Amino acid sequence: MALDQSFVGRTYPPTEPYEVGREKIREFAEAVGDTNPAYTDAEAAKALGHPDVIAPPTFVFSITFKAAGQVVQDPRLGLDYSRVVHGDQKFAYRRPVRAGDRLTVTSTIEAIKSLAGNDILDIRGEVHDEAGEHVVTAWTKLVARAAEEA
Amino acid sequence: MTAKISYSDVEVGTELPAQTFPVTRATLVRYAGASGDFNPIHWNEKFAKEVGLPDVIAHGMFTMAEAIRVVTDWVGDPGAVVEYGVRFTKPVVVPNDDRGAVIEVGGKVAAKLDDNTVRVDLTATSAGQKVLGMSRAVVRLA
Repeated sequence: MALDQSFVGRTYPPTEPYEVGREKIREFAEAVGDTNPAYTDAEAAKALGHPDVIAPPTFVFSITFKAAGQVVQDPRLGLDYSRVVHGDQKFAYRRPVRAGDRLTVTSTIEAIKSLAGNDILDIRGEVHDEAGEHVVTAWTKLVARAAEEA
Repeated sequence: MTAKISYSDVEVGTELPAQTFPVTRATLVRYAGASGDFNPIHWNEKFAKEVGLPDVIAHGMFTMAEAIRVVTDWVGDPGAVVEYGVRFTKPVVVPNDDRGAVIEVGGKVAAKLDDNTVRVDLTATSAGQKVLGMSRAVVRLA
């Protein structure tokens, strides 16, 4: 069933701040096998001009995706999450995420389309730090595959 | 930000060093924990097959995280990445054996842009299949 078009443009309230921990960054860098010292060594990060260790570019997805949960689990929208796959992902960075950041995410539904029975949902997540400065924008395209006919 | 590659040293067509990234079931368990994405299609073969997949598949975001390393290793400073986007075209299937799967990533400078930035187009394949499409990063060089 096609999703309700009236949700296009809807913005959800900002999330509670997520505090970025240096050990969480380390854990993520180890999980992807990335030994760049900017992720684990504050001195190495400072040598590159950063105030503290920074997170790998895709780290922020775990924060924005959790925030997008407000949208995908909104019962009024009615997305069948068990059939959802991740279609596209894009980030635009003002600066890298770094240890000590307290980040909030504001999610907006940018588009809803129906294609061959698939529901396609574009969600934009604007990430801001505690000072209200923009850090990164994440665009996530989710595709809810059409249910097979019985 | 201190990229170790200079804008004036690159041309359209400049190739970045290609890399291969192994991925096993253990890798996926570790990534699930680090990312908080515990979808069973990434660790439970029975569940994956029940929803029509050939086997357990890697998180798309894991593949995306590996692909950008070709860029961040090249420039040195991961904070030099200005934009990064991908399309998830095919899953990386990860069999339950010692070898798992391999993701092969290449990249080349596709355009020189303003402000010392360049666009890098990435290719990512696994088992001969293209697993990312429209995989592009904009990165600020020195």
